Amino acid sequence: MAAKSPATRAVPSPLEWEYAPAPEARDILALEDRYGLYIGGEQVAPRSRKWFPTISPATEEHLAEVALAGPRDVDLAVQAARGAFEGEWSALRPAERAKYLFRIARLIQERSRELAVAESLNGGKPIKESRDVDIPLAAAHFFYYAGWADKLEYAFPNRKPRPLGVAGQIIPWNFPLLMLSWKIAPALACGNTVVLKPAETTPLTALIFTDICRQAGLPAGVVNIITGDGSTGAHLVKHPDLDKVAFTGSTGVGKAIRRELAGTGVKLTLELGRKAANIIFDDCALDQAVEGVVHGIYFNQGHVCCAGSRLLVQESIYEPLVAKLKRRLRTIRVGDPLDKNTDLGAINSRMQLDRIRELVASGEGDGAEMYQPPCRLPERGYWFAPTVFTNVAQSSRIAQEEIFGPVLSVLTFRTPEEAVEKANNTPYGLSAGVWTEKGSRILWMAERLRAGVVWANTFNRFDPTSPFGGYKESGFGREGGLHGLEPYLRFDR
Amino acid sequence: MSRIAVRKTYKLYIGGKFPRSESGRTYEAEGQNVARASRKDARDAVQAARGAFPKWAGATPYNRGQVLYRLAEMMETRAADLSRSCSGRREVERAIDRVVWYAGWADKLPQVLGGSNPVAGPYFNFTAPEPTGVVAVLAPELPPLEGLVSRIAPVIVSGNTAVVVTSETRPLAALELAEAIATSDLPDGVVNLLTGYRSELGPILAAHMDVNAIDVTGAGGETTELEILAADNVKRVIRAGSEQSPWEISAFLESKTVWHPVGV
Amino acid sequence: MAQAQLLPRDLELPLDLRLPRVGSVDAVALEARAGELAKRSIKKGSKLAALDLAIRMMDLTTLEGADTPGKVSALCAKAMHPDPADPTIPSVAAVCVYPNLVAVAKSRLAGSGVRVASVATAFPSGQSPIDVKLADVREAVALGADEIDMVIDRGAFLSGRYAKLIDEIVRVKEACGSAHLKVILETGELGTYDNVRRASLLAIAAGANFIKTSTGKVTPAATLPVTLCMLEVIRDVHDETGRMIGMKPAGGIRTAKQAIQYLCVLNETLGTAWMTPELFRFGASSLLNDVLMQIRKQRTGSYQSGDYFTID
Repeated sequence: MAAKSPATRAVPSPLEWEYAPAPEARDILALEDRYGLYIGGEQVAPRSRKWFPTISPATEEHLAEVALAGPRDVDLAVQAARGAFEGEWSALRPAERAKYLFRIARLIQERSRELAVAESLNGGKPIKESRDVDIPLAAAHFFYYAGWADKLEYAFPNRKPRPLGVAGQIIPWNFPLLMLSWKIAPALACGNTVVLKPAETTPLTALIFTDICRQAGLPAGVVNIITGDGSTGAHLVKHPDLDKVAFTGSTGVGKAIRRELAGTGVKLTLELGRKAANIIFDDCALDQAVEGVVHGIYFNQGHVCCAGSRLLVQESIYEPLVAKLKRRLRTIRVGDPLDKNTDLGAINSRMQLDRIRELVASGEGDGAEMYQPPCRLPERGYWFAPTVFTNVAQSSRIAQEEIFGPVLSVLTFRTPEEAVEKANNTPYGLSAGVWTEKGSRILWMAERLRAGVVWANTFNRFDPTSPFGGYKESGFGREGGLHGLEPYLRFDR
Repeated sequence: MSRIAVRKTYKLYIGGKFPRSESGRTYEAEGQNVARASRKDARDAVQAARGAFPKWAGATPYNRGQVLYRLAEMMETRAADLSRSCSGRREVERAIDRVVWYAGWADKLPQVLGGSNPVAGPYFNFTAPEPTGVVAVLAPELPPLEGLVSRIAPVIVSGNTAVVVTSETRPLAALELAEAIATSDLPDGVVNLLTGYRSELGPILAAHMDVNAIDVTGAGGETTELEILAADNVKRVIRAGSEQSPWEISAFLESKTVWHPVGV
Repeated sequence: MAQAQLLPRDLELPLDLRLPRVGSVDAVALEARAGELAKRSIKKGSKLAALDLAIRMMDLTTLEGADTPGKVSALCAKAMHPDPADPTIPSVAAVCVYPNLVAVAKSRLAGSGVRVASVATAFPSGQSPIDVKLADVREAVALGADEIDMVIDRGAFLSGRYAKLIDEIVRVKEACGSAHLKVILETGELGTYDNVRRASLLAIAAGANFIKTSTGKVTPAATLPVTLCMLEVIRDVHDETGRMIGMKPAGGIRTAKQAIQYLCVLNETLGTAWMTPELFRFGASSLLNDVLMQIRKQRTGSYQSGDYFTID
């Protein structure tokens, strides 16, 4: 039988071990004071004569002035894209088109350090994520779609794929360069030209990308980048000379765009978002499931449209899981996004922080129990501690609405049927997670979950070859993989 | 003395039953009084389609293929009646052949439209097509039978269920088809047929929050209003061609991608 | 796990109720987590503190057929004063040798506070009758070993004879008397992390004070993920019973950078309570000099040469 426990033995003072700051050097990034619009292969001052500041959400430090594109600017950008489409770009053989995309992929790799620093500085995300996830995946996306450019007819048997023309693309602030690559790479591979509007709060990497286009020798007008705010996006969507609109962002704006384009015949892809369920069964590999839960919701400060924000835990494993989760939360390092040891960075904007605060307050008001590990948040900038709510009712706002922040709601279930029912009980259907060691149960669950991506025993994994996109109000069309080509093509047959 | 024929009463087809419009309204088309479906009939049809969806979507593809083939068999049996409801024997034959063609796709789609994705990492990742849910179909006016069948078959073969607004001026083909459907093995509620005014029923279905997609192929021309209404629940709005094609099926599909680690 | 929580913590109960649920381990996620922790960037004061701790946690090891009293004597000198030029460098935790050399080590280390660890139980294969193994242990203890590093019977484990495994460990534990028992799982032969987790639980249930990855004679020896896997078992046992079990990765840890990675994994898995030689050891033969070089590099700012550090 077990020997007497040595637990009572006097333990000599253990080491209180704090990691010293390990900031990534910023000097690799040379910012200009002002960035104009990138139209027709040149940086130009906006006809609107309006500029706006872009900042670091971690410190509220002013980084640069950025042009705010108005209707005239949007028009010029679309004209430039149209000109390029009707001229040089369409005349180019697909195999040659591919080479530009390969070049861009390589240039992103070569400038990855600079791009990672810019992404973390401007967006607030931890450098380890921009360095290890965002930037490598962005390069991989261009590399993947480059190869498709001259092979499109093999993707669609018995059809004749043709480019659409000019695509207007609007991307969110959570993965700025990665979302840019999700939009631009397939569009260009299919032979289209683009006008892309980066998010208002995170224009920097898109502006550096314009320099990559220059270095790649990309023909003028193939890629046009117009910075601005919501009004810029609205002007772009309304432009009569677009053949395609692709939008990633909030469901509300997505619906408005859908209405705007009604009857125009413009092809549309929407990637919206919302409340993914992450389902934990009691036979899962528990410690790895806890890691998956943490990765599912605290990755990128929870600014992930497919974030596993609704944790459904089988009651028989509820207590140990929540105990392990809370302990794990205490090891999450919140702070300077440029510190290589930071796990959770800054909230992207004041507006987003206010929204998180408002929803969290409503959660407390609904009687849910809130847990936040002790952590010192910096005084300047926008910060929110990792948060878990337990005792959450399915009807509670924090269980229903997208918080888009590092806030997890824990609910329980008893049987697989109940888990499926609760997981599907939402107007959205972008992603879902399942944790169980039982293979047949994974497949049973995967069949029934109404979501475009199901992660089994993992979460928040992305790959250029893997189609991504939602059911129901989470949008339509897929990005990534072979499926990601169709939204940028028309078919003569 | 000659015998007086027993005439048929043309009714709606909802959830496997043949009800009159709850509104009691009819309109005259092709010399017959035809039910003029109301807002509530549309609601009942969507409810029937939603109820039938899980089982039909969950049926094996082999089973769905056989059920569609059985529908073709029933149409063949009723070819004479069907011929009188449309342009004639040739149209019926084309319609039957189209059902047979789509029946064969049921168990081939996932291989053509899905597969495994070579992700860079220790994960197995595959994408499979799945039905999108309840589909509202605005059938073309002409040809009354072939046009109808060409829109219904690609919708249901993958496991969707359908609420169909039939040709407004030539509804009898749909009503003859309903009898073939009712005697086939197609589960109740998989196909629901509404006769009536398209301008009345289209917007109701386009705005219905429990309809996942709307096929406006047969709507002809102006669909702006329908598209605006469809935005409320991000409905898929499909405008397709008239040729038979697996891409007609894929328009009503979602892609589901599943990841799993590969390890010991 | 859930039902066991209802039981009082100090109640003696049969194994299966006292232990955390056996559970399973997802290899990909485990390796991803270990990889993530390995990327922690440790600088300046934190680095020096970690390197100092790594020395204090080291079981300086020689386990060769060619070991001689002379070799072991030299090793003991190094263990007590790793850097003769720098008195601020602490002694290592223990010297680890074969039973035949325990007496030499014991006399050389007398009064230094450095402990003597001996491998036993037909190290490294464990393929001997139980009586031979027990005699091996008793001899080593009689010769002065403070700690016994035993190997489990992997043949018994892999063929599902868990009772035999447990019996052996229980009897070795008895034979140890007051000597601390470290149980070597030889994770490189167990095939899966699930097996590592299961073997760890069995060893702990049978009375191990420490669980240890490897003999150093099998590749792979210690790895970061396998260590994380074992630390998670230790964490579960502590949650469930309050027992604090020690961990010893051994074999293949050759650089200061690696040692720091292990300490990061330890720190973030079990926390500061385990950041002590009482509960964590490195089994290593060539790690020490690299740690010494790194310390001097940190202090002087210049990269070092092996010529300035003794080879023992």
